[in-house]
Amino acid sequence: MTPGAPLARLALILALGLAGCGGEADSAIDHAPASEKPAYGDTFIEALIGNISGLIPNVLSDSASFEVGSLLYSGLVTRDRDLNLIGELAESWRFSKDCLDLTLHLRRNVRWHDDAPFTAADVVFTYETMINPKTPTAYREDFRAVASVEAVDPYTLHVRYKQPYAKALQSWGVWMLPKHVLEPYVREGRLREAPQNRSNPVGTGAYRLKEWKPGEKVVLVANPDYFDGSPYIARIVYRIIPSQATIFLELKAKGVDSAGLTALQFKRQTEYPAFRKAYHKYEYPANAYTYVGFNLRDQRFADRRVRQAFAHAINKREIIDGVLLGLGRAATGPYKPGTWAYDPNVKTYPYDVDTARTLLAEAGWKKNADGVLVNRHDQPFAFELLTNQGNDERKKVAEIVQASLKELGVQVDIRVIEWASFLKEYIKKRRFEAIVMGWGIGLDPDQYEIWHSSKTGPDELNHISYANPEVDALLERGRTSCREEERKQYYTRLQEILAEDQPIIFLYFRDALPVVSSRVRGIVPSPNGILYNFHKWYVPKHLQRYTAE
Amino acid sequence: MLGYALRRLLLALPLLLGITFVSFVVIHLAPGEPAEVQTGDLSIQSDAQARQLLRETYDLDKPLHVQYARWLARLVRLDFGKSFSPDARPVLQKIGERLPVTLFLNIIEMLVIVGLAVPIGVLSATRQYSLFDKVTTVFVFVGFATPDFWLALLLMILFGVQLGWLPISGLRSLNWEYLSFWRQQWDFLGHLVLPILVATFGGLAGFSRYMRQSMLEVVRQDYIQSARAKGLAEPIVIGKHALRNALLPVVTILGLSLPGLIGGSIIVESIFAIPGMGQLMVQAVFERDYPVIMGNLVIVSTLTLVANLVADVTYSFVDPRIRVGARRGRR
Repeated sequence: MTPGAPLARLALILALGLAGCGGEADSAIDHAPASEKPAYGDTFIEALIGNISGLIPNVLSDSASFEVGSLLYSGLVTRDRDLNLIGELAESWRFSKDCLDLTLHLRRNVRWHDDAPFTAADVVFTYETMINPKTPTAYREDFRAVASVEAVDPYTLHVRYKQPYAKALQSWGVWMLPKHVLEPYVREGRLREAPQNRSNPVGTGAYRLKEWKPGEKVVLVANPDYFDGSPYIARIVYRIIPSQATIFLELKAKGVDSAGLTALQFKRQTEYPAFRKAYHKYEYPANAYTYVGFNLRDQRFADRRVRQAFAHAINKREIIDGVLLGLGRAATGPYKPGTWAYDPNVKTYPYDVDTARTLLAEAGWKKNADGVLVNRHDQPFAFELLTNQGNDERKKVAEIVQASLKELGVQVDIRVIEWASFLKEYIKKRRFEAIVMGWGIGLDPDQYEIWHSSKTGPDELNHISYANPEVDALLERGRTSCREEERKQYYTRLQEILAEDQPIIFLYFRDALPVVSSRVRGIVPSPNGILYNFHKWYVPKHLQRYTAE
Repeated sequence: MLGYALRRLLLALPLLLGITFVSFVVIHLAPGEPAEVQTGDLSIQSDAQARQLLRETYDLDKPLHVQYARWLARLVRLDFGKSFSPDARPVLQKIGERLPVTLFLNIIEMLVIVGLAVPIGVLSATRQYSLFDKVTTVFVFVGFATPDFWLALLLMILFGVQLGWLPISGLRSLNWEYLSFWRQQWDFLGHLVLPILVATFGGLAGFSRYMRQSMLEVVRQDYIQSARAKGLAEPIVIGKHALRNALLPVVTILGLSLPGLIGGSIIVESIFAIPGMGQLMVQAVFERDYPVIMGNLVIVSTLTLVANLVADVTYSFVDPRIRVGARRGRR
């Protein structure tokens, strides 16, 4: 579901971007009175809906493991509050003019959790681990463009690329692994069985693992030797609570300090004074959008006018209000409003049933005497709209789409299918007419895998079978340039074409709706969410709830 | 008697084999496979090479019968294999760390149910159509009709959020290791109250109903009349003569609920965040973690078969009429 490098994915999970502008959210930057000094101590309790599956995130794929892993490990680069790439374990870097050579200078004061120094050899080792065919990682793709990685000296690294690669720098956000601990396991292809994946992870992150009780909790403690200074919050407890309803009740009873809310909870169930006092609410668009997609191999949908007509007939505002209680933003394309690649000036499709009818008429579809939309051969326009089970939001979207298209005389039948068979039997085999689905987007605008015409194979992601030579060219150019201004031009054009073509109807970016205990200070909402500076969060001494026993 | 038990045991083996074979095939037929789940099924990162590697690691590239044969070959050596989950831990270890919690909870639950259901059943049978009987009948239907998760949430809101008397979820408070020994026990008990209450509620309804039914049948028997005619006091008639006979069918039901003690309750464990067997199984199913699913199945189905056998054997102990091995025709 989530395109993007580990870093980008991580950001997707953590990203709770852009400060709230809704009525209920706390839009203030920080709630700390000037007199309060940052203090060490206290425990932060967070709920995880699923168990973590291991402690070496490089070979895992579940979001819970990423969340925990991101505090245990660090990469060479990371994203700052404005989503710019900044150095983490790397101090500085330089690209050659042709974008083919990247030289990175590493920080000198970084130590692994077992006190060994972090050096360029570890970076080379991490790279070799990622490309080792015996490593079961899903993030190899990021390093395919690399020709060689070489440690010039313990703190200088030289990377050579086969061709310019737009995500070159971002890909070094990959979690660094310790060579002195993991080398034998990687060599034997047994990285997952390494004890570090189960009990004693060795990273360079702000926190160290204290204990992991499967199914119950994961406890982290502050790493006093963290290169950016010891984090203020002394302990983090992740409680594994598999029920969303229970998490919400625990939140109300102050059993957890932070949770993501649903729109309903955010708007209707947490507006009483005691809750407002105990928690601060945040609100910003998540890195994922929901869409209605068409199988473009189907002759009816291959006609652009039909898709445009449907775009006019579907009222995005109504969907956002009905499904998200207004807590979302209309999508005009595949990029999130506020990010650098986003272009606000593309063609939009205001709700307009008459224009929709005209477009359909041009495409040869007219209403007959019974109010049914038919073509020349008197065949009615009817199709099945599929979505996956367990996502109430998508089901509601499907129902609104069904009602909207009924206005035009189109008959839509909704089918909700279990996720695994939905993927295997319908999406991968292209056995669908239309779908309601979502895409998670990475922090880099490269979406080659989703829109390029070469990516329509069974295991590939262009399942709507979209093919447009100009789009192909733009995607290719966009991913092989390392200059942002240049890339912006390509992606602006890409958005224009997608808006015109409407290969899918872009519906909305849902808002992420986290709440955090109001005793926690130092939270600065930003386009990159709130968690990016977690190690700078603190609880003033007099407000600390869990003092050291 | 012993010969009978042994024969039954031997007969159970092919049955067990059949169960494992069918489950094995069915699980593998279900869409979605572990290699895909683990490499992110709809992700840009989904890497064909990684997927293939995992398939080979897990033998998923072999034909199904080969996979089954290998699994079986390991099983007869009591090796349940390693979990497909990325932590790759042995299945038995995973089950081992979950089992005590589930077992403990379910045994307490069972004791509470039996301890309450028997007197309730007896009382409502001996006082048929009395106010008590009517009230319990209503209670029983409410119990049957109440979904576990709903009751659980209501109780959590009342006792956890509104009154703040009881913890909402989990088994221990976060500061547990810092508490004194007695505080620890107290804390643990507090965490048990709601899950046990919820788990007991539905079971109690059913069980007390069985008890009442069985008791009603017995008290109409001639020998109860004779006992009364002998001039025995009513408590002895009921408590000694009737109850022992009325408990017979209940023994069977008890035996059959034994496997449930291991399986754990998925709903109760999920909603109260209790790291037991039910949670493990659900997670294994979502991850398509075949070895854990199969390991769980083998244990539960073995227990079902054994429980059946035990129920039959105990039955013949408590009920001389169906004692096997006794010579035929000698009632």
